[in-house]
Amino acid sequence: MTRKSRRMYVLVVAIALLASATALVLTALDDNITYFYSPSDLKTKQVTVGRALRLGGLVEDGTFEKLDGGLKVKFSITDGAETVAVTYEGILPDLFREGQGVITEGSLNEKGEFVAHEVLAKHDENYMPAEVIEALKASGEWRGDEEQITE
Amino acid sequence: MSVFHRFANPNRFLKLTNQVLPWVSGLTVLSLAAGLYMSFFTSPPDYQQGESVRIMYIHVPSAWMAMFVYTSIAIASVCSLIWRHPLADLAAKASAPIGAGFTFLALATGSLWGKPMWGAWWVWDARLTSVLILFFLYLGHMALMHAFEEQERGNKAAAVLAIVGFVNIPIIKFSVDWWNTLHQPASVMRADGPSIDPSMLWPLLIMGVAFKLFYIVVLLIRIKSELIEAKLRKYRRAVVDKAH
Repeated sequence: MTRKSRRMYVLVVAIALLASATALVLTALDDNITYFYSPSDLKTKQVTVGRALRLGGLVEDGTFEKLDGGLKVKFSITDGAETVAVTYEGILPDLFREGQGVITEGSLNEKGEFVAHEVLAKHDENYMPAEVIEALKASGEWRGDEEQITE
Repeated sequence: MSVFHRFANPNRFLKLTNQVLPWVSGLTVLSLAAGLYMSFFTSPPDYQQGESVRIMYIHVPSAWMAMFVYTSIAIASVCSLIWRHPLADLAAKASAPIGAGFTFLALATGSLWGKPMWGAWWVWDARLTSVLILFFLYLGHMALMHAFEEQERGNKAAAVLAIVGFVNIPIIKFSVDWWNTLHQPASVMRADGPSIDPSMLWPLLIMGVAFKLFYIVVLLIRIKSELIEAKLRKYRRAVVDKAH
């Protein structure tokens, strides 16, 4: 074996070991790396009341309401399978609307409601010109969220 | 192996660089001008994000380059460690600050984009955190290269760091698929085709090409100056030796 090929084998083995070690660590830390729980996770993980966590999903259509006519709002977050009611007091991000992905930070209360102290809007991977959406809506072809167009 | 070692000769490399450089520079200016014009004037506002979407045309190519340059450094480091290719260390050394610059640009523009869209300048989700680690890897690489009295040892240590740090690259790329993140999944490089309208995809791709060309131009200039510096050192030593 030449020195070159020996160096190559050492490098290949080292990289393979490193990659598997990293994979193991990341799998073990899966729960900590995940930025938010879905409503289904919340059910299966048996989260205790008052524990700080993030809950993410889509704002369910027709559930958004303002409480006391002020900054306090109530809506439900769903992942299709499970739904959790959320209350929040504060300013909502521009992209927030029904059908939009959001991530909320807070904790569960005794009633099983999620009390959020921060709401972040999650943008999806779709990019479309505003005009195209307008045209689709005009022709009745648009099947996306009907709520809002920024601009 | 023959082509691989052909350009190991610094003089041959310098000659080729001087021939290629004006062309690549011209193409860089052209594509950057076209890309910027399209990004700011001809591309439409997004249906959700409005005009803020224009940040994407800087942010996304910067992020691509942050990963591309690191991958180049890792490949150069493998060439350096196994085949002792004389230009490999030089290429890695010349690339690191450029890559760090692109990574910083991606982080900064991402932060400016995150505030209006998500409602936060920064969150510790898997994508953002792994890119921040990439930035630190670049800084570590640059520091290690200069940490030793003998350049040779610095090169070796930095090469090992670059290869070890390469595990971070697939983590960055797939972080948005493997874990729940605030950052959205890939729009362009994904299995079932881009989910971005052609009127926005084209400016983005042209900016991507412009950034890549820019990297090549700066890389060639930096390698060139390193080679010339090495030559100068040699001459100076020869003159000093003669004087004694």
